[in-house]
Amino acid sequence: MVVPVNYYLGLSLALFTLGAIGVLIRRNILIILMCIEMMLNAVNLAFIGFADAFKAVDGQIFVFFVMTVAAAEVAVGLALVIAIYRNRATVYVDDLNILKW
Amino acid sequence: MEYLFYTLAAVALISGALVVFQTHPLRSALWLIVNFFAVAGLYLLAHAEFIAAIQIIVYAGAIMVLFLFVIMLLNLRQPEEELARPRLGLKIAGITLAVISAVLLGMGFAKVVIKPVTEMPVGLGNTESVARLLFTDYLLPFEVTSVLLLVAIVGSVVLAKAKLR
Repeated sequence: MVVPVNYYLGLSLALFTLGAIGVLIRRNILIILMCIEMMLNAVNLAFIGFADAFKAVDGQIFVFFVMTVAAAEVAVGLALVIAIYRNRATVYVDDLNILKW
Repeated sequence: MEYLFYTLAAVALISGALVVFQTHPLRSALWLIVNFFAVAGLYLLAHAEFIAAIQIIVYAGAIMVLFLFVIMLLNLRQPEEELARPRLGLKIAGITLAVISAVLLGMGFAKVVIKPVTEMPVGLGNTESVARLLFTDYLLPFEVTSVLLLVAIVGSVVLAKAKLR
């Protein structure tokens, strides 16, 4: 292994934080979806770091499953975005307040 | 080889920050592709060649094409979202919350002592070893994944169809 696994964990944490900041502060639903992708990627990076540290392939299998779920999530999420845009003509999440009490 | 890690990490972090702080979603998407390529390079450094290839094909290829397609479908004539909004306090609160939790988590991670396995098994991370595990120990999750993908296909077709009733 090139660097210790803690470096991979730190980078994964930083990327996850960036994604979380994006989800918290952005209003555009497309950018929020992209930030969710980035957070999933950060988790994948931690998996790969551990798989490398323990020299086990199981972590890579889990990355494979995470990627599948991410692909499904993006497909359904973007279909939802299109449906919302067709009904409300907006992609900004603070215009979608119909469930707000 | 260490400087390769640092370079790729810097590229990933900078492009990730640019994803978050761009005004137009199209530019965010393009920077996200750069981010995915940097992360794929990091996978290569960690002996995960198959996953790196899948990362580029699935993420940077399929998913980002879907994103760009939807952005160009919807957002062409929308005014660009300005970053300076009246709810600046909420944004600062969000950033602070995320950074504080990250620092706390990082302090926890720094205490973790992991004894790495040093002997290198033959063919770690290549397609053969991944496939062997995938079709023996993880066969049931693999089959469930195909059901999940079927559900996603049907769901997205129904949702994106002409009228949502």
